[in-house]
Amino acid sequence: MKKLVEIVAGVGGGSLTATSVVEEHLDRIRTRDGEIHAFNLVTADQARKDAAKIDADIKAGKKAGPLAGVPIALKDNMCTRGVETTCSSKILQGWKPPYDATVVGKLREAGAVIVGKTNLDEFAMGSSTENSAFGPTKNPLDVSRVPGGSSGGSAAAVSAGFAAASLGSDTGGSIRQPAALCGVVGVKPTYGTVSRYGLVAFASSLDQIGPFTQDVRDAATLLEVIAGHDPLDSTSIPQPAISLVPVLDHGVKGMRVGRVTDLPEGCEPDVLERLEAAFDALRNAGATIVDVELPSLQYCLTAYYLIAPAEASSNLARYDGVRYGNRVDAPDLNAMYAATRESGFGEEVKRRIMLGTYALSAGYFEAYYGKALKVRRLIYDDFARAYTKVDAILTPTSPSVAFKFGSKTDNPLAMYLCDVFTIPTNLAGHPAMSVPFGLGADSMPVGIQVLATTLGEQSMFKVAAELERAS
Amino acid sequence: MTEKISRETVIKVSRLARLSLGPEQAEKMTAQLAGMLEHFRDIDALDLAGVEPMTQPYPIKNVLREDVEVESLNREEVLGQAPAAESGRFRVPPIIGFDV
Repeated sequence: MKKLVEIVAGVGGGSLTATSVVEEHLDRIRTRDGEIHAFNLVTADQARKDAAKIDADIKAGKKAGPLAGVPIALKDNMCTRGVETTCSSKILQGWKPPYDATVVGKLREAGAVIVGKTNLDEFAMGSSTENSAFGPTKNPLDVSRVPGGSSGGSAAAVSAGFAAASLGSDTGGSIRQPAALCGVVGVKPTYGTVSRYGLVAFASSLDQIGPFTQDVRDAATLLEVIAGHDPLDSTSIPQPAISLVPVLDHGVKGMRVGRVTDLPEGCEPDVLERLEAAFDALRNAGATIVDVELPSLQYCLTAYYLIAPAEASSNLARYDGVRYGNRVDAPDLNAMYAATRESGFGEEVKRRIMLGTYALSAGYFEAYYGKALKVRRLIYDDFARAYTKVDAILTPTSPSVAFKFGSKTDNPLAMYLCDVFTIPTNLAGHPAMSVPFGLGADSMPVGIQVLATTLGEQSMFKVAAELERAS
Repeated sequence: MTEKISRETVIKVSRLARLSLGPEQAEKMTAQLAGMLEHFRDIDALDLAGVEPMTQPYPIKNVLREDVEVESLNREEVLGQAPAAESGRFRVPPIIGFDV
């Protein structure tokens, strides 16, 4: 399967056409997506038109864009004008947004070709894509296992070669965990570096868009394109995208990499073994491994599962059968709201709306939401102390390799525990990425997570690139 | 946060959230929420006095733009996606005259 940078070089240099590259990917989708179900919608006709236009432009002497001819899949919670955007929810089925997300515009401008919208846990709530209203996505490496979630479709699309790269969104690990489970690279950038305009909101203080790719260089290339200030997102950091590709060959000599001494329990031994191997690889490459303590990390699950549902209960109030999506008719307005939401939302979404509404309700606000926000501060402060001693931190991405379908669906809390290593980053607003680093149980891939401080993407990518060289 | 969540509270919260849970769903939801809230009691052990709540990761305040006209969304396109629209507006069922 061609890497993103190979496609860009080939299409720009004339040895490949965008059309042939897109056809190759559409072929693989046709052959195998019936089984995998990475996509909610494949936009084949538009992709062919876009590819033909890029080829014509290049032939006419126009300069090729930084993503010329690259087939890219979008998580189906990013708005595409006139193209169905469902969030894998019945309540939005059939909805065609009247505008494009900022990232969609940036991709098109860079010459990327959008091949379709990928499956997710409904409204990005889940860790396996089993919560999709349209059926789960299967892990391309073993179809009896989940691809992770919530961006499971985007991870599977890259793993199966349906797209050279994809975009996902990460609120508590929804890019990094599926990347680990599907054996690809997944990046959650610093909060505020990639515009959220047109990303359907789940938890606004945690959500961030990022790339899935086959390798670290592709991820750096794609992130450089989608990052940067956007006046349409009031939480967008007012500075240009960080330069990443030039640092990939710098190595890690002299860098200090943190090992968390009080890592939350529950990680499988095969994963911990790979983590040790990752530390060895970095040490051999000249990095110093430094112990760091993050005592508040053990409370991250509680803080997250109070804050994220609280924000979600507020954000999802907009699905009321009035302005978009589907409506269930009833004689009066309140009955219509309730009937619409009851029929349109799936079980997990209702559970989180209930939890969030409860945590925000009179009499409980201080005890739950208020406290959770203070715990969030403690976690942030822990990281701040750690990053005075280290340039990056390594942890596992997921406590286990990809698990079997149905093994966690009856126990919401067990499913939530999948995110124990990824959540802290979202609470702190920091960047983190998952890099495949060998195999664990049943020969399934293990992802190692590289964390860095706010806007520390260069350090993060240096370490990730070194791990990739060593794997 | 000591008391256990009751079925009555769950039903009240479901009304606040505009979700009409049936009796069986309310029962199941009560058990699941109680289990989660029990787990969430771990933070009761923390001394949080004097800790500043953190609502967002990056401190940006009062983000304003120049007060100039910019193109807005296309009204027809927006209303075309509504469940019901009439005369350039969203149409909703009666909001008064029923027990709310």
